[in-house]
Parts: sequence; C-alpha cells; structure tokens
Amino acid sequence: MTTISEIAILVLAAFVGFEVISKVPNTLHTPLMSGTNAIHGVVILGGLLLMHEATGVLEHLVLVIAIAFGTINVVGGFLVTDRMLGMFKRKPDLPESAAPDELQEGGEK
Amino acid sequence: MIATIFLRQANFIDACYIVAFSLFIYGMSGLTGPRTAVRGNKIAAVGMAIAIIATLLTPHVLSGSSTPWLIALGLVIGTAIGVPAARRVRMTAMPQMVALFNGVGGGAVAIVAWIEYRHHFAIGGSLWVEKGEIPTLFAAIVGSISFWGSNIAFGKLQEILPGRPIKLPGQSVINLALFVICVGSAIVLAAGVHSQALFIIGILLAAALLGNMVVLPIGGADMPVVISLLNAFTGLSAAATGIALNNTAMIVAGMIVGASGTILTNLMAKAMNRSVPAIIAGGFGGAIAAPAGPAGADGGTVRSTSPQDVAIQLSYARLVVIAPGYGMAVAQAQHAVRELERALEAKGVEVKFAIHPVAGRMPGHMNVLLAEADVPYDLLREMDEINPEFPRTDVTLVIGANDVTNPAAKNEPGSPIYGMPILEVDRSGAIVVLKRSMASGFAGIDNPLFYDPKTSLLFGDAKQSVSDITSEVQGL
Repeated sequence: MTTISEIAILVLAAFVGFEVISKVPNTLHTPLMSGTNAIHGVVILGGLLLMHEATGVLEHLVLVIAIAFGTINVVGGFLVTDRMLGMFKRKPDLPESAAPDELQEGGEK
Repeated sequence: MIATIFLRQANFIDACYIVAFSLFIYGMSGLTGPRTAVRGNKIAAVGMAIAIIATLLTPHVLSGSSTPWLIALGLVIGTAIGVPAARRVRMTAMPQMVALFNGVGGGAVAIVAWIEYRHHFAIGGSLWVEKGEIPTLFAAIVGSISFWGSNIAFGKLQEILPGRPIKLPGQSVINLALFVICVGSAIVLAAGVHSQALFIIGILLAAALLGNMVVLPIGGADMPVVISLLNAFTGLSAAATGIALNNTAMIVAGMIVGASGTILTNLMAKAMNRSVPAIIAGGFGGAIAAPAGPAGADGGTVRSTSPQDVAIQLSYARLVVIAPGYGMAVAQAQHAVRELERALEAKGVEVKFAIHPVAGRMPGHMNVLLAEADVPYDLLREMDEINPEFPRTDVTLVIGANDVTNPAAKNEPGSPIYGMPILEVDRSGAIVVLKRSMASGFAGIDNPLFYDPKTSLLFGDAKQSVSDITSEVQGL
C-alpha cells in the first residue's frame, strides 16, 4: 500500500473516531478511556511482526518485553473495562450479587 | 495444505485487519449507552483477537526456531501480569490502572520503533527511509514520552511520588530544550544521517526526560487532563507505527484512540477553563500553582457540625444533592454514600448526585465509583443539568470535593481558578461539607464556601462520617 493511501486511511479514521467518540456520554468516560486504552495495545502487532527479524539477545529481549507490554495493555484493558461496565448495568436489588450476564441486561430506566 | 496457503495470502491477512478495525469501531460505538457498552467492549476485544491471530498467520512471522517461543513467552508474561491486575484493582484505583496500561502501551510503541529503526534505517535501506522513517521517529518520541509520563502519573496517583507539583527552576526552558533536542535529532535522522547513538540519546532518552519533566509538575487535580492527553499520545504513536509497518489495523485503531483522547483532553481542559496549548506550553499546573495566601487568613469563622445535626437536616429536606469529589474516592466512601442515599429515599427525600466533569482523577471517575456502589445512573446529574436545580435544593452534601465547588471561580476575578465552571452549591439552601481537615484543596486556594453562613462542616474520614449520618437518619 502506498504511503498516501495509508495517510488517507489515517485521516478517515480520525473523522470516524471523532464522530463515534463524541457521542459517548460523560457517565461512560472512564470505561471509554480504559477501552480505548486496550485498543492502542494493538501495537502488540508491531512486536509480533518484528520478532522474526530480530538478531542478538538484546533485540529478542526487548521485543519480548514489547509483546508482554502489549499483552498487558490489551488483556488488562479489555478485562478491566468489562468489569467496570458490568457495574453500570442495572442490577437486581442484591448488592454485590454474582456478575449478571449479558442476557439480563435490560431494564434501563 | 491449500488452506494453509490461502490463509497466508497477503489479501487474506489484510481482509482480517479490515474485519478487526471494523469491529473496533463498531465496538466503540456501543459505548454510547450503558446498555450496549458491555457488548461493545467484547466486540472490540474480538476484533483485537482477530488482528493478533491474523498477524501470527502472516508469512514469516513465526519463522525461525526461537521466534514462536519468544512470542509465546511475551504473551504469557503479559497475560500473567495483566489478568490479575485487571481483576484485582479497586475501582478507586482505576486512574492508576489506566495510567499504567497506557504507559506499557507507550513503552511497547517505543521499543517497536527502536527495533524498526535498527533493522530498516540504521543500515541505510533507501526503500524504507522515505516510507517509514518519519512515522517511526514520531512513534519513538511520542511513545517514549507516553511511557515515562504515564509512569510518573501512576507514581503520583499511587502516592509513590508526592501528589503536589514538583517544579525545577527553569522548568519550561528545560522542557523546551528537550523538545528541541527530540525534534532536531529526528530531523537530522530523517535527513539521512544514520546513527543509532543519536536515535537512542537524541530521541528515546530526550523524550523520556521530557515525559518525566512534563508530568512531574502536575498536581493531582490536573490528572484528568494528563491521563487523557497521554492516552491520545499513545494512540497517535501506535497509528504512526502502523504506517511504518504498513498495518491498517494499527493505523485505524491508533487513530481512534488518538481521536478519543483528544476529545477527552479538550473536554477536561474546558471543564477547568484552561486551553490545551496553554497547558502544554506553560507546564501543567503552572497557572493554578500560584500562591493564594495562607488558608483561612481572610476567612472568618467556619461552623462545624455533628452527624446528628446533619441527619436531621437531611431527613427533613425535600431535595438533597450530593456532590462527590476525589475525597470520596480516597475514603472509599461510595458504598456508604449509597446507603445514605437509600436511607434518605426511604424517608421520602429526593436525592440527586451532582457530577463535575473533573471531579476525581480521571474523566468519569465519580460515575464509575457510584456505579460500583449500585447508585442508579438516573440519579446522576451533570454540571449543566444540576446547576439550575441548586436554588430549589434544601441541602447540598459536599463529600471530599473542594475546588469544583469553590464560588471564587465565579466571584473573584483575582482567583487562580477564576472562570472555571463549578457546581453552584452555594446557591442551595444549606451546605454540609465533609472534610478531613481544614487544609485547603490541591490548588492551595481558600474556599469561601466554607465560610458561607449557610455552610456547616463535618470533619473526619468521609466514609465514617457518611456511615454515622446514615445510622442517625435511620434512627430518626
């Protein structure tokens, strides 16, 4: 792909991002942060793509660190967002009941 | 065999990336409502899984005898750290967690950019230079800033580092010099000089110092702006890495994060009445760290009260508004607050929560805590909605919030926070402020609210105070 078409994608993605994100209500700003946080963990792909080119102990080592960082970012980010969003769902009156699953998420006032 | 060959077709991988980034966008659009948000997050996670699997299927990615093992090692270590961290973290510690996850993301970007540089530019491969070098340099600088900045933010939020602004003399000159070194080195490198030393010292190291220097002077109350900004930085650097590596999933995902971080940064800055460029140029906290005279010097007297009196006040009110701030998070008082809200509602009192956009340490911090405590979100009111309601509010209960309720922001043009939109709690019939002590807020600014004749203060740990009030209310 040419650089110019990649820049086109970049610009379009910026507009899509602004459109989508500006509709997120204040209430959900923390989950939004941690959710988008998880998404920038996509940089893990960079670590994966470069590993086979690495030579020497140093490069292998830092790439393992990069992949580990990316994984923490992705896995941790999505999990913690999921936990948080679970709390925003309308729950039955029992406090701290077992995590309600998706099927019973209705009932928003 | 044929299936394997098909799976490794470049088109197939690219198609997977398109699916992946579509799922990211679709998933994020689910975040517009609490009901669809959980599913949205899961959809985005599926997108990420697809992107990772597609990358592993890319030709050569797993070639070499040790490569698959090293990749697996990285994934295992990351999972072993990330999963327990995400499971265990308390909701009150969420800002630290986000800062930390953001930091590791930035660190990964910086490392990837460095290896990319070593392999493709240090040797002087002409094909790559024009295409990928500039984005790589950008990613290295911003990733490094983001890593170190986020770590400092984490340290401050976790209280490993002092939360008060730490400022060196000539801070802005040093910051400017570091910035110039970064950009200058990048220009020299992009112009065709190949120097690994310059890359490491001029780019990675200078950016690391810059990241430290920019965040160290920031006090706790400014954290919502910082965290949003660092989030945007990491996103943009990931997008730049995507251009360098020809990876559409990274470009789109990184850019969406960049957009969201930018929006949040703007919202937060607006809620503090400060412009983003001014914040960046002046060093964070610069405007607000202005000395405001010793607390209480001009103040007059404060009236302190007891849980019994507060309980009576609240029980006989028609409308009570609760304005929570960072103090509620520190004291872990959200569950106690929920109990109080229930007790009051049982007495027929209408209770609402007033949420200032920058209350707490990250955007939406209060909402998460109250959601954790099961406070129904239809009781939460944003600043613009609740301000017109204060005149008909009988009692406002301020829990651990200070600057966001400070009437000086409206009335005193000389105040450092003048112009910042606030919760106009001073317009309600009576105000009860729960406070640990008479110390002024982060900003070091005296709060005339405390000396208002309508205000009474209840000193002590917020959680304990709220519980005491609740039992008194129930006993009435």
